[in-house]
Amino acid sequence: MIVVALPTHLRTLARVDGDVALEVEGPVTQGSVLDALEASYPVLRGTIRDQVTLKRRPFIRFFACRRDLSHEAPDAPLPEAVASGAEPFLVVGAIAGG
Amino acid sequence: MSGVRVLVGTRKGAFVLTADGTRRRWEVSGPHFGGWEIYHLKGSPADPDRLYASQTSGWFGQQVQRSNDGGKTWTPVGNRFVYDGVPGTHQWYDGTPHPWEFKRVWHFEPSLADPDTVYAGVEDAALFRTTDGGASWHELSGLRGHGTGPHWTPGAGGMCLHTILQDPSQPRRLYVAISAAGAFRSEDAGASWKPINRGLRSQHIPDPEAEIGHCVHRIALHRSRPGTLFMQKHWDVMRSDDGGDVWREVSGNLPTDFGFPIEVHAHEPETVYVIPIKSDSEHYPPDGKLRVYRSRSGGDEWEALTKGLPQKDCYVNVLRDASSVDSLDPCGIYFGTTGGQVYASADAGDSWAPVVRDLPAVLSVEAQTLA
Repeated sequence: MIVVALPTHLRTLARVDGDVALEVEGPVTQGSVLDALEASYPVLRGTIRDQVTLKRRPFIRFFACRRDLSHEAPDAPLPEAVASGAEPFLVVGAIAGG
Repeated sequence: MSGVRVLVGTRKGAFVLTADGTRRRWEVSGPHFGGWEIYHLKGSPADPDRLYASQTSGWFGQQVQRSNDGGKTWTPVGNRFVYDGVPGTHQWYDGTPHPWEFKRVWHFEPSLADPDTVYAGVEDAALFRTTDGGASWHELSGLRGHGTGPHWTPGAGGMCLHTILQDPSQPRRLYVAISAAGAFRSEDAGASWKPINRGLRSQHIPDPEAEIGHCVHRIALHRSRPGTLFMQKHWDVMRSDDGGDVWREVSGNLPTDFGFPIEVHAHEPETVYVIPIKSDSEHYPPDGKLRVYRSRSGGDEWEALTKGLPQKDCYVNVLRDASSVDSLDPCGIYFGTTGGQVYASADAGDSWAPVVRDLPAVLSVEAQTLA
């Protein structure tokens, strides 16, 4: 199981209390994790990445294992610790505004 | 007993204010969608308990929320707003071409007859429509594609389609307004459009009387006389008596003719309200006095309405979608400020009182009259 940690507003929107656990088919990548997340929670479509281009929204960041993975290719493998569920994949709203 | 529900969108959530027909005591519910910008909420004229809300965020994009019970509970519906075909470019602030990009919904206008049909005015300026209660949205691309689209430019707040009016006497006639492109009319339910800006003069464009490029802030009409339109432009208060074919200025004795909202009295088609703002570079009332101005003659002659409104040290703004009228008798009128106050008048503007004083900055106010 992959563990995804969402920012507060997206947890509220998805009506989940804590981290989200997902089954991901095949290679564990940003793209496959977000595909699984959006399949389980369709309300999150468009909130993390564009619905048409699938590009990450500008004020969203992806962290895991103390690394910033925001600029990794969507089909690049995520760290083994994420793939094994030992570490969460963090979706973070960038610090900006008030 | 009849009552009123006032839907308030703010920078940090939505609030629902309710009162009975006397409009003396109010109940406040909210924040709904706390922390999100709620650009606009509006109820269906055909089913007042059917509400639509535009929930937006610079981080997380656009959500559309629907309520079937007057705002007690909400459900997210479709949020996929994709321009028809290859969107092309409009003009950027510096005059260079800029790709059309969806940013947010500024305004929902539910159909007069069908609760599942709603028009959405969006930034970058375009008109969308749903016919399935918000599940899916499709662009009425004849507006952006009628020819002048590549020359539209953003106003200071972005290139937004903020006003959508339906003619109750001619269901296929629609009006929209865009900052800073101008006003447009359709006679075929939104399939095709033409600019209706003759008579407008705007000093911020190279040709002040150009066909497009005018920063129209708001248009209003009275349902009994839908061919008469009132407009608050960036500067100038305007009027048209032929469905927008020709406009004439009716600013008259206003202390300043800059402002954002404009409203028509629910029962008097020649009674009009504006809220003058000092200038385009100083977005607050002149002299620190918050005054609503009323004309009972369809413009030109205006009287200041001040009773119950702050008359010193007031430096708030009132945004274009932040005023509304109810249809009780006497007519109620409401507006919200960037300082978080929502003021109400239950006597057509003669006197005012705050319903709430300390909300986040108010983006929109819509009054619903309940049976």
